[in-house]
Amino acid sequence: MNLVTSILEQLINGLRTGSIYALIALGYTMVYGIAKMINFAHGDIIMVGAYSLYVFVGMLELPVPLAIILTIVVCAILGMTIEKIAYKPLRKAPPLAVLITAIGMSYFLQSAALLIFKATPIPFGSVINVPSLRLGSITISGTTIVILAVTTVAMIVLTLFINKTKAGSAMRAVSEDKDAAELMGINVNGTISLTFAIGSGLAAVAGILYICQYPSLIPTLGALPGIKAFVAAVLGGIGSIPGAMLGGIILGIIESLSKAYISTKLADAIVFSVLVIVLLVKPSGLLGKKRTEKV
Amino acid sequence: MKKKKLKKSITNIILIIISYAAITILINSGILGRQMSSLIIPTGVNIILAVSLNLLTGFLGELTLGHAGFMSIGAYTGALITLNSGLPPAIALTLGIIAGGLVAAVFGLIIGVPVLRLRGDYLAIVTLGFGEIIKSVLTAVNFTGGAMGLSGIPKYTTYKNYTLVFIFIVLTILIISNMVHSRHGRAICSIRDNYIASEAVGIKISKYKIMAFVISAFFAGVAGVLYAHNVGILKPNNFDYNKSIEILVIVVLGGMGNIKGSVIAAIVLTLLPELLREADSYRMLFYAIVLIVMMLFNNSGLKERIMEQFKSKKQVTTEGGE
Amino acid sequence: MALLEVKNLGISFGGLRAVDDFNIAIEKGQLYGLIGPNGAGKTTVFNLLTGVYRPTDGIIKLDGKNIIGKTPDEICQIGISRTFQNIRLFKKMSVLDNVKVALHHQIKYSLVGSMLHLPPYAKKEEEMDEKALEILQVFDLDAQTETLASNLPYGKQRKLEIARALATNPKLLLLDEPAAGMNPNETAELMETIRLIRNRFGVTILLIEHDMKLVAGICEYLTVLNFGTELATGEPEVVLNDSKVITAYLGE
Repeated sequence: MNLVTSILEQLINGLRTGSIYALIALGYTMVYGIAKMINFAHGDIIMVGAYSLYVFVGMLELPVPLAIILTIVVCAILGMTIEKIAYKPLRKAPPLAVLITAIGMSYFLQSAALLIFKATPIPFGSVINVPSLRLGSITISGTTIVILAVTTVAMIVLTLFINKTKAGSAMRAVSEDKDAAELMGINVNGTISLTFAIGSGLAAVAGILYICQYPSLIPTLGALPGIKAFVAAVLGGIGSIPGAMLGGIILGIIESLSKAYISTKLADAIVFSVLVIVLLVKPSGLLGKKRTEKV
Repeated sequence: MKKKKLKKSITNIILIIISYAAITILINSGILGRQMSSLIIPTGVNIILAVSLNLLTGFLGELTLGHAGFMSIGAYTGALITLNSGLPPAIALTLGIIAGGLVAAVFGLIIGVPVLRLRGDYLAIVTLGFGEIIKSVLTAVNFTGGAMGLSGIPKYTTYKNYTLVFIFIVLTILIISNMVHSRHGRAICSIRDNYIASEAVGIKISKYKIMAFVISAFFAGVAGVLYAHNVGILKPNNFDYNKSIEILVIVVLGGMGNIKGSVIAAIVLTLLPELLREADSYRMLFYAIVLIVMMLFNNSGLKERIMEQFKSKKQVTTEGGE
Repeated sequence: MALLEVKNLGISFGGLRAVDDFNIAIEKGQLYGLIGPNGAGKTTVFNLLTGVYRPTDGIIKLDGKNIIGKTPDEICQIGISRTFQNIRLFKKMSVLDNVKVALHHQIKYSLVGSMLHLPPYAKKEEEMDEKALEILQVFDLDAQTETLASNLPYGKQRKLEIARALATNPKLLLLDEPAAGMNPNETAELMETIRLIRNRFGVTILLIEHDMKLVAGICEYLTVLNFGTELATGEPEVVLNDSKVITAYLGE
């Protein structure tokens, strides 16, 4: 196996991981754009998605397509509920308070999963039954193909939604200037709920894809991917949807190459170093806009 | 003013003497079982951790999620010294504590400088990132024992040697409390309350932010050394994000910017889980709910509305008494 | 030599030229007013003078020395202090502490002294308390030293902000709409206080205001700003009757 093949394989791995990060990062970036907060609990919605799929397919033995739809719905509703209970009352509160509440929510989801499903990892067979593809000396697994396809479709649909629909414009308006949007007659609360719903729905999809790639359920499975996806969102420019996609993929590739050619143990440190470097050099990220505070 | 301050100093000295006496009696008389006695040092460690974190979160007003990282650096530094120096225990431990605090303080500087331009969410995430980087590096590097960590650390700080730990608790509370009520403390608090105004009245924000980080890290490092010599084993995974959150919960419960609160909350949250051993799986859930409820209560206007109720009730009773 | 000398000052935000070719010369001890319609760029000028923004063109000199490129805290120590349009008090700190922060650089003791409350601490803190009270007395706030700044009524909050700025011992004090939200009585009181500050503490004052009674009442000299550039400069009676100025405020 020569170097080129090896690099190509790692790039494909990176693309795959990066796609999942991109899906998750989209949720972070949309919520940050609209509600100006980091939803720390977002990563754990991935975990809820994964466990939900397990419950629907593994325990209730529902047909896979139905289970997938239900999982997405469950997560979307969960996202909206969390916003209503924990974040909405704190809209006028100092950002520190919201951040701590979000951390509390994240912890809550993890501990609830721990209580219900216990800490022992639950093995879960992938629901993807697509055959792998051979391109020359490289084999691309079916799972990888599905992940890349789903992510691409999701990104296209989301971009169209944001740019071409009324609800999408409402989201853009609220993220620019919430008060002005309200004065224009836009239903701000509804728009924010919708944003959380979509973000959580995407997280659900990410959870499903994640569990097909790494078929082992533990309550903390969402935490690390969640934080890494946040790094991706920052890298791409928090608040920018194309940024989240770009950041996710770049980060996935950086991680993949680091794991393969530097050290598995230090791969995480490298990912977080990316965060530090971006925030030091260009805090607005690759595609983000600079925010100035009015004095 | 002077009389008030004198009275306060005397009250504090009496408190210190009483606490020390109380702990001495509790330990020596055997009232506390083995289980409870073994909690005394961890409680002390948590007090130091909480008070030092409060300096950053409650007084500077910045949420940091990497406090466990400072603790781990101190712990490893101290342990490496006592394991390898060949010096007599008392000297090795003292050296370990000072070195642990100083090295952690250096890391406070290393982390403080990059985060100077950041605030709020970004600062929190970067400190989380740094915490993870530290953990990652400790796992990867050989002289710290990698993932297996260090073991066989001499147990110099068991409950039998509680005096030393007690001294450090008092020192931590004293120094940080004193600082907060000084011009440096006011500068730090002004950054929290309104950093733009703070600059406008001449406060060099970068200087005081770093000061807070370095001092906070120092004490976390000291706590780490005391912890290391209590449990005898160190593993990078003990100092993860969860540990940082545990300390945050203590600070939040005790009240941000409230040092006495941190002390009480540290005692409660160290002892309670042990007392409720059977409900251990509920501990994490409890912490989560504490965080959420405390924040909602303090910030959503609910607290103010309940205070209003109390005020109006008070008025009614006084009028009724006429 | 003028205390404050500003020539050709300008700044662009993206494509917007917020301040353009702005000139002003303020003599020591003057009570100077900066007026103009909303959005003219007055607060931007303040932000440029205090180092919050860095100008793209022009020079700013205090006592003959260039201050462009210095940070806000450095500029405060050099001698320019300010208040803000939307009051920026240290909300969780007491009235007294708000002022004591401003005395940070004037009455000092070391960090070690702070940590251990060594002897200089007690003496210096007392000195600070006295100095702070002295200033608060001017503003009638000395009876409420322990009150939390956020619990003060609006009018007193504005006064506290001025007191705090004064405590930094500035050469030039910038007041951004100090009378905003005040009723006629409070405004009259404010006018007296501003005159007192200038007379007793020898502070030069530049103020932004919309209240023309106050402007005409205490300002010795005015500059009118419109669309980021000077429209007129001179004594109040002349400037306020200038047809260009009246048009700028009332529209065509």
